[in-house]
Amino acid sequence: MVKSDFGYNSKVEGEVIVTQADAVVNWVRSHSVWPMPMGLACCAIELMAAGGSRFDISRFGMEVMRFSPRQADCMIVAGTVTYKMAEVVRRIYDQMAEPKWVIAMGACASSGGMYRSYATLQGVDNIVPVDIYISGCPPRPEALLDGMMLLQEKIRQEGGSLRRTFRGRTIETKIVR
Amino acid sequence: MESTVLTQRFPALKLLASTDMATFEVPTTDLLAVVQFLRDQEGFDLLADLCGIDWPERQPRFGVVIHLLNTQKAQYVRLHVPAVNDSVPSIAALHPGANWHEREAYDMFGIQFAGHPDPRRILMWDSYPYHPLRKEFPLAGIEVPLPAADVAEVTGQGVEPAPMMGGPFVSDGGKMSEGEPSGRDQSWTEKHPKR
Repeated sequence: MVKSDFGYNSKVEGEVIVTQADAVVNWVRSHSVWPMPMGLACCAIELMAAGGSRFDISRFGMEVMRFSPRQADCMIVAGTVTYKMAEVVRRIYDQMAEPKWVIAMGACASSGGMYRSYATLQGVDNIVPVDIYISGCPPRPEALLDGMMLLQEKIRQEGGSLRRTFRGRTIETKIVR
Repeated sequence: MESTVLTQRFPALKLLASTDMATFEVPTTDLLAVVQFLRDQEGFDLLADLCGIDWPERQPRFGVVIHLLNTQKAQYVRLHVPAVNDSVPSIAALHPGANWHEREAYDMFGIQFAGHPDPRRILMWDSYPYHPLRKEFPLAGIEVPLPAADVAEVTGQGVEPAPMMGGPFVSDGGKMSEGEPSGRDQSWTEKHPKR
């Protein structure tokens, strides 16, 4: 746990934890990232290795891989995005519920990689907002885990965690006492 | 198989010079009969490959090359079929595996396959207007809209020519550990064009 999450001392505070709503919500979210593998090429093999017992993604609280975008909140784009596939990637991203994050895993998803050709989208950030870019071709599972931990760090620092957008409008969730 | 077996039965076939396997130029009118004869009489029962070729100096420009394998005798035969009006008969009825190969040759070269059961593109999307492996098509691609209009509208993204600064990535010939493959001429970018 990050030190800045709580300044809690049971002797001083009693049984009460005082914190910001953002800190609590972000702490919960960062430790229950449900990734959705968008496996498009060889990076997906490394992604599978990261989910397996040797590298064990569950040590960091993100092992609940969901293959439906409705149940996931982090899309890991692992592989080469072609123009033909770009439409599918965007539609799946649109189907994910807020809050949602995107990781561009590897050179192809980040920039088109070595595929400088007529068929390849030059970086998935052209069609969806990307939070974390991971270098490598393909990245080692450790690099993916490092990227996921960076994402957790990013989630912990987000503000307005109770705010959400719905069809382009911003909605504040009010806490009623 | 002796090459005379085929040329005697089909006089229109031409034996071509080849360093590895028997190679014939087959006119489109004979193609189906030749492939069926090879499959049923001569044991060439496996379609190893079927691909399109683009040879701009030649007339006709497009053609199809078929490799057939005799699985009993481990023999290959190669058939070169020059296209007539960019069209070649489909052999998918004789070798079902040819179905997707022919769709790929159509997609990449624009060669029509007469009698194909499902003549659609296979790699590029259906509305794509070009045939990318033709010699005149640039590697970087040509600007066209994305196949999905709604996604293009939301993202403002289209199919754009890929950056080609320095050309395709190549190794500089040194040790792999010391240099990554990169474009040869890195002195120009999209923002600073080549002088």
